[in-house]
Amino acid sequence: MALWFVLGLMTALAAFAVLWPLSRGGKFSPSGSELAVYRDQLAEVDRDAMAGLIASPDAEAARVEIGRRMIAASEAAPETSSSVHITARRAVAVVALAGLPALAAGLYLTFGSPSLGDFPLAERQRAEISTASLDRLVGQVEAHLEKNPSDARGWEVLAPVLFKLGRYEDAAKAFRNIIAYKGESASRHADLGEALSAAAGGVISADAKKEFERAVALDNQDIKSRYFLGVAADQDGRTDDARKIWQAMLDSAPADAPWRPLVQAALSQAGGSVAQRNDAPGPTADDIAAAKDLNETDRNVMVRGMVDRLATRLKQDGNDVQGWLRLVRAYMVLGENETARQAVSDAQRIFEKDEQRLRELNDGVKQLGIGG
Amino acid sequence: MIAEAGHYALVLALGLAIVQSIVPMLGARWRDSGLMNVARSSALAQLLFVTLSFGALTMLHVTSDFSVVNVFENSHSLKPLLYKITGVWGNHEGSMLLWVLILALFGAMVAAFGNNLPLSLRARVLAVQGWIAAAFYFFILATSNPFLRIVSPPIEGRDLNPILQDIGLAIHPPMLYLGYVGFSISFSFAVAALIEGRIDAAWARWVRPWTLMAWVFLTLGIAMGSYWAYYELGWGGWWFWDPVENASLMPWLSGTALLHSAVVMEKRNALKVWTILLAIVTFSLSLLGTFLVRSGVLTSVHTFASDPSRGVFILLILCLFIGGSLALYAWRAPSLRQGGLFAPISREGALVLNNLFLTTACVTVLVGTLYPLGLEVLTGDKISVGAPFFNLTFGPLFVPLLIAVPFGPLLAWKRGDLLAAAQRLFAAGVAALMAVALVWAWVKGGPVLAPLAIGLAVFVIVAAISELAERIGLLRVPFRTAMHRAAGLPRSNWGTAFAHAGLGVALIGIVCETTWNSERIASMKPNDTAAIASYSVRLDSLVQRQGPNYREQIAQFVVSRDGQVVGTMSPSKRNFATRGMSTTEAALLTRGASQLYISLGEAGADGAIAVRIYYKPLVLLIWFGPMLMAFGGLLSLSDRRLRVGAPKPARAPHDLQPAE
Repeated sequence: MALWFVLGLMTALAAFAVLWPLSRGGKFSPSGSELAVYRDQLAEVDRDAMAGLIASPDAEAARVEIGRRMIAASEAAPETSSSVHITARRAVAVVALAGLPALAAGLYLTFGSPSLGDFPLAERQRAEISTASLDRLVGQVEAHLEKNPSDARGWEVLAPVLFKLGRYEDAAKAFRNIIAYKGESASRHADLGEALSAAAGGVISADAKKEFERAVALDNQDIKSRYFLGVAADQDGRTDDARKIWQAMLDSAPADAPWRPLVQAALSQAGGSVAQRNDAPGPTADDIAAAKDLNETDRNVMVRGMVDRLATRLKQDGNDVQGWLRLVRAYMVLGENETARQAVSDAQRIFEKDEQRLRELNDGVKQLGIGG
Repeated sequence: MIAEAGHYALVLALGLAIVQSIVPMLGARWRDSGLMNVARSSALAQLLFVTLSFGALTMLHVTSDFSVVNVFENSHSLKPLLYKITGVWGNHEGSMLLWVLILALFGAMVAAFGNNLPLSLRARVLAVQGWIAAAFYFFILATSNPFLRIVSPPIEGRDLNPILQDIGLAIHPPMLYLGYVGFSISFSFAVAALIEGRIDAAWARWVRPWTLMAWVFLTLGIAMGSYWAYYELGWGGWWFWDPVENASLMPWLSGTALLHSAVVMEKRNALKVWTILLAIVTFSLSLLGTFLVRSGVLTSVHTFASDPSRGVFILLILCLFIGGSLALYAWRAPSLRQGGLFAPISREGALVLNNLFLTTACVTVLVGTLYPLGLEVLTGDKISVGAPFFNLTFGPLFVPLLIAVPFGPLLAWKRGDLLAAAQRLFAAGVAALMAVALVWAWVKGGPVLAPLAIGLAVFVIVAAISELAERIGLLRVPFRTAMHRAAGLPRSNWGTAFAHAGLGVALIGIVCETTWNSERIASMKPNDTAAIASYSVRLDSLVQRQGPNYREQIAQFVVSRDGQVVGTMSPSKRNFATRGMSTTEAALLTRGASQLYISLGEAGADGAIAVRIYYKPLVLLIWFGPMLMAFGGLLSLSDRRLRVGAPKPARAPHDLQPAE
């Protein structure tokens, strides 16, 4: 509303500017003339002659010439009368009162955006805290760090977020800054290496490898670096080295280490079927020992529980062909062929787009002896 | 609301400009003073609205309102406040808004201070201003609107081109525009006179202060632009014959010619038709400059607009105004009465000679600037006409002009005595010869032309001084009388002397810089030393620093001469993350009028950095000369006879009646 008020006020002002002189009747406003100029020129000649700047005959000649100009000017001067053209004035008044606002409104509505308010930075920053999107927050933190690059805490906040957003190179820069401003540690070098390799599309570049090596040098138990060094060895074609590294990790790892499955999976890929048979997450020794002491029913309950656990895991992360095959086999052992078929089709749907794995799955299913 | 109010103010200004371009014209035809005075009030109101509009845009830049496209594209919230403000005209849309602001300013000045003009002439002048203004308002609204909005504003802007983030940009474009646009007043006067069909000595008097004002600003603007290029671009050069520079030089040359021919017209009522033509041509060249810079026809640092629709629009405006005014000229000029006659050897003759050389020089620059464009359009070949062409054509034209400069003021009007003038220049001639001999002996050989050119410069300077001495009778009459005369001497005479001397001063600077400039390019590590001229420059350290919106690498140099430390210099390279650009900040060390100049190149892998060191003897004179010229112009402007809007003794209107 305020906007329309201001625009209206401005329009009124503009119209007034046009109307005002019209209202002043036929009164003659002050105006200059050529004669005034020539009079000035005469005065100047007099001044110069008095100061001795020009000789008196020259001054006389100049006076005569200026006099001639004055005569010519007064002859040529138009009549002084000033007419008042009433019709024209009325027309101009109409233009000022109607034409000018109409033109302005028309043009403004064509080009302008009257519905948009202002968005100065200060106001926007205030409004944003509540509805801030991740991007904006990241932008703010980045702006802050641009000004205070040595704020290590800021970099620590920013780096993992950048990594999650897929801005790996920026993340790497951020991790590097953490090391620069907060000192090095194994985990920081490992994070940096991870970001570097992510930026390189998953390839462990020489830079990334250097970081992992540095991390291991600082702490030879650092899980992430060891794992990635294994990956690096694998990528270099030194599969045996890779297997050795991962095997060592598994050997020294506590049983409930969250990263176990990952390393096992990597190992199984690198080591082929041998590794897979040995290390597929099946019943642990304890489980089997427990099962021995159970009767048929209880054993079935325990097996059931294990199968359900596997099914739940696959539902959450279905990207595991061997897991699906194990599940199908389990259902078949339990005699639930219908559920087994259901699991097969679930798995097929998951691997729809991944031809290689789909083939692997189908081969496995064929071996188990049920049709898709 | 600020953005929208600013936008609407611009639209209203367009409306007022349209009213202003029609109503007063009709009023002058029907002799209705009320209608004629509409010109005045609407010109003043127009200034108000354009100022509001410009103020709104400035406000938007200062508050970083990125919902405005123009602000988003050219600003950044971290930019220092000064550059937020200068960034307003550091881009195409904003600079066009500044252009019309200055146009409105000049229009309003004519409206406010033009009381000494006949009513009908003032009405017509303002109407012609209205045409120009209306065309440019419409251009801005239709093709370069600075108030376009973004519905969901981005969080951060794209930042201003880092090269333009400099204090030089704060002053140089407004100055240039004051010059360019100032000539629109001379143009409007010329067109109004043609429409009125009457022109005489008084016209020249009325138009002269406006021309002078525009000329002063243009002179300062060009000099400042040149200095900006010198220290910001980091090449150590001060004039590149870049088309954009040429675009500002052309109106300057023809404007200088106009200034001189207007004197002839004012004093002797001669050269009327020619003066009118010069007024039209000068503003046309200003428009051409605007077209060249704004259309994107040229590719250079200055071309931040490269949108063909804009180019076509400006070309249309250009054709309309230049073609229209020249057609009007062809139609009405033959009916204008010719004025006084004069002998070839006379003050008038000297000024005609001056006009001849200046316009020829101007045409030379025009050809050199437009020929490559024309060739590219016709044949597709890209050629560049550079310094060699201009040095070969421009130089020979300016030498006779400079030789003639001292004679002009010494010749009498109507018929002069060349021999007498030459005799009075005897002292200047002797001084020049001595200067040549001295320079020759001092540099022992070297370029032959340089001492001669310095001699010429000394000739011009000493002649300007001796002309003054002659006028006040120094050494001829008692000292007291001479001083009395000096005080009584019209300020325009002082102005002439200063401007002419400035020409000589600039010439000395140019010759020294181009002839005895020494340059060293070295790759330096900390504690390395480079010798240049009689100075030795030691790289002290290399440090990194964080600026508000950039990171910079600063090299600290210690400059010493004969084992004495004379100063430190710290050139730097700045990296602007937002645009991914870097700029070089050259460091200057001024010693008298000479300068040491260091700019940084690429850093090598081994910790060394490429460094360019120049020693530029008397280089500051290049810009000191134009400043003297501008000062002369200001003195002349302050002359009693020319003062714009000087309060006049109150005269009752009926006193004026017989004058009409």
